[in-house]
Amino acid sequence: MLKIQDLRVEIEGKEIIKGLNLEINKGEVHAIMGPNGAGKSTLSAVIAGREEYEVTGGTIEFDGKDIMDLAPEERAHAGVFLSFQYPVEIPGVSVTNFIKTALNESRKAKGLDPMPAKDLLKMMREKQQLLEMDKQFMSRSINEGFSGGEKKRNEIFQMAMLDPKLAILDETDSGLDIDALRIVANGVNKLKNQDNAVMIITHYQRLLDHIIPDFVHVLYDGKIVKSGDKSLALELEKRGYDWIKQEIEA
Amino acid sequence: MTEEDKLLEEVTTADYKYGFVTDIDSDTIKNGLNEDVIRLISMKKNEPQWLLDWRLEAFGKFQKMTEPDWGNVHYKKPDLQSISYYSAPKPKKTLDSLDEVDPELLKTFEKLGISLDEQKMLTGVAVDIVVDSVSVATSFKEKLGELGIIFCSISEAIQEHPDLVRKYLGTVVPQTDNFYAALNSAVFTDGSFCYIPKGTRCPMELSTYFRINQAGTGQFERTLLIADEGSYVSYLEGCTAPSRDENQLHAAVVELIAMDDAEIKYSTVQNWYPGNKEGKGGVFNFVTKRGICHKSAKISWTQVETGSAVTWKYPSCILKGDNSVGEFFSVAVTNNYQQADTGTKMIHVGKNTKSTIISKGISAGNSNGSYRGLVKIMKGAENARNFSQCDSLLMGDTCGSHTFPYIEVKNKSARIEHEATTSKIGEDQLFYCNQRGIGTDAAIGLIVNGYCKDVLNQLPMEFAVEAQKLLAISLEGSVG
Repeated sequence: MLKIQDLRVEIEGKEIIKGLNLEINKGEVHAIMGPNGAGKSTLSAVIAGREEYEVTGGTIEFDGKDIMDLAPEERAHAGVFLSFQYPVEIPGVSVTNFIKTALNESRKAKGLDPMPAKDLLKMMREKQQLLEMDKQFMSRSINEGFSGGEKKRNEIFQMAMLDPKLAILDETDSGLDIDALRIVANGVNKLKNQDNAVMIITHYQRLLDHIIPDFVHVLYDGKIVKSGDKSLALELEKRGYDWIKQEIEA
Repeated sequence: MTEEDKLLEEVTTADYKYGFVTDIDSDTIKNGLNEDVIRLISMKKNEPQWLLDWRLEAFGKFQKMTEPDWGNVHYKKPDLQSISYYSAPKPKKTLDSLDEVDPELLKTFEKLGISLDEQKMLTGVAVDIVVDSVSVATSFKEKLGELGIIFCSISEAIQEHPDLVRKYLGTVVPQTDNFYAALNSAVFTDGSFCYIPKGTRCPMELSTYFRINQAGTGQFERTLLIADEGSYVSYLEGCTAPSRDENQLHAAVVELIAMDDAEIKYSTVQNWYPGNKEGKGGVFNFVTKRGICHKSAKISWTQVETGSAVTWKYPSCILKGDNSVGEFFSVAVTNNYQQADTGTKMIHVGKNTKSTIISKGISAGNSNGSYRGLVKIMKGAENARNFSQCDSLLMGDTCGSHTFPYIEVKNKSARIEHEATTSKIGEDQLFYCNQRGIGTDAAIGLIVNGYCKDVLNQLPMEFAVEAQKLLAISLEGSVG
């Protein structure tokens, strides 16, 4: 589904990603872990198509197609979803209006008519329940005055509504209390199936207790330096990253 | 809901949407401004002597006045001698039904999406259409007539209700109020007249679609709206104009009179041709709008201004009666080389008078938007209160936004609050929308409509939808 080969990315002349390779197949959950500044958030932003980053080398293929020249919204239409670490506020735009616009723009791109209001409301109700959100939430301005937990739940709610092929969760666990973490993880698990994939970017094991990864990768200094199964995450939790640094430098 | 989706489709088309010219057989008098022209207008309209005298008096005063230049706008002053002051579609005969309306004209309205039939059937809006200064069709008149409501063109009112017109014309905006109001007083050709009798609640939104259509004709509308004691009326005014290369002058005067306990809601969507992307052409919109509130009366102005090359407009309230209320809700968009200097004046005269001002400015391209507002508390206005909020949203770094709030207080018991913010549409907001599959133009439409929500909520439903479309259309292509 996602195939990244020898990716190199710069921002303001500084190289952040230095020849990264990663392949994610459908039905898989991948966790990307690594110390601060390793390039984890840069990687997610580049896959989503953020323009401030300059890709200086390598390729990103999605569903067998090169997506490097696609605009962010085109990548979204193709099925890429990014759950933001810091979702932005858009004053005066309700959650309902926002998700309706997003959903119908994606439908339009696929040549479909807008979703009938009745179906939309039904779908929203289902997904709200999945994430244990109350109705009033839907009429609030998106992310404005939301608590950390509400922001992340809202991100996963949108993911549920848009039903992406690849969901990238960028530090979705940060700022969540235990209950919110359980709700969010539960939501992701229910959305997971044989045809989609999840890429989780995190510092900690705790989200991976709930969403069990098939693969764990360590991103260090712009490269994936070690890959393994879920036991690798547990080892990192126990031993930190220093042993990996030593392994590389050795 | 479907309307909003149409909106999203429409943001993919870029040029001024309503730029076309309807070919209608017109009766136009020669360019120029002098006493003979005024006499000719008055004669063509079969006006009584007192009105001709009033026009000539206004013209005499006008000749001693000079065009104001205090506005934060820069433009080449229009040559008033090169304008034709009267242009009317040649009337075949008085029209009783839509069938008799020029088919070309009906097509124009179709293009604008204002099908009269649809309006009639679906929305229950009575539409008095002003095209190039003469009202062509008036609908729902009979129904209103049963309630004693008069809603007609001002020309008709001059013929049919001369006493009412004579009593109120020029009482809120005097002939000498300003340069363009004086010009309007001398040469106004048509406009709307409305009278709501005592204790009557007008059952439908009254709506007038103004439209400038004849090449080179300035339009001088005069609107007079009287809400008698305890009555209520909601009035809608919407404007679009065809593309032109030369500047067109529009100098309207609107006078509102809200008697004791009456309420007037006056909503405008203004979408005149703003000129092209290089700032060539476009309408000059120099308008004087003012209302007077008697005891416990209320006037609300709501405006969505997206068009015109230069706008100079301050819908105002004189809060004369005790406990009267004035409101001003405004969205003003400038893009490319548009310039707008707009705001309001709230003059507190009576005791316990209240006013609210919510102004949302949006500037993009190389444009300049200014808010200019005056809150004046007179000596006798005990316990007057005002709340003002002036927000500016900038798109890009080549546009300008300015705020000129004036406050004059002559009574110590007054309470005045003023809030102002300036913000920019952020890359983060756009990327967030993009990532969810919303393209940049649609994202701007969404963000801007959210920013203007407090004002758009004041508009009647059908109008709010139209206004949302306009905001999106007028800002498309302004980022990226």
